[in-house]
Amino acid sequence: MSDVLTFIISRFNYWIYIVLMMIGLYAMIAKRNYVKKFIGMSIFQTAIILFYVSTGVKSGATIPILEHGHDIGHAAAAINPDHYANPLPHVLMLTAIVVGVATLGVALAVVQKVHDQYETIEEPEILFKLGQE
Amino acid sequence: MIWQFDLFILVLLVITALVALKVRDLLSAAMIFSIYSLLMCLLWAEMGAVDVAFTEAAVGAGLSTVFLIATILRTTRRTTD
Repeated sequence: MSDVLTFIISRFNYWIYIVLMMIGLYAMIAKRNYVKKFIGMSIFQTAIILFYVSTGVKSGATIPILEHGHDIGHAAAAINPDHYANPLPHVLMLTAIVVGVATLGVALAVVQKVHDQYETIEEPEILFKLGQE
Repeated sequence: MIWQFDLFILVLLVITALVALKVRDLLSAAMIFSIYSLLMCLLWAEMGAVDVAFTEAAVGAGLSTVFLIATILRTTRRTTD
């Protein structure tokens, strides 16, 4: 029993990532306002990006920039990868952040067009007006 | 990675995410979402991902808040949920 508890508590950050992800998913499904839905979508995206970035963390490591990288001669032989965080997930998630903001921008532009046509951004009211036509 | 600092910011992240979705005023929701992005940026800087952190600060906290505020000003500020 205490083994299971230690297993759960020692990985508390992963549980909080899952909680954040589920908050975003709940907002995308259950919220009726479109702006709220897209805030939920952004929370969902950042939670996933947070999970990926956290996989590059090493204990006791610093940011992935070489110390004394400019004098290549003697320093290049002494690079120890354990002293630097893994930069590969960082580079991949950099693209994901930019894609997330582009998605949000397009979604909000569509919301503005929807508001021009239906005078509301609440989903039930739009469905009601669609049913009347 | 300092786990106390990590846990503190993660709890604040969950609180700001819930408040941003709960608040009735959309402009407040946009500002609280900006705080959420800034906390996320702080967490990434602490994890050693400085490039991701300043991209999130510029693009996540800055640009997406501008998009949200522009949309709210062009549409409506009040919501029922």
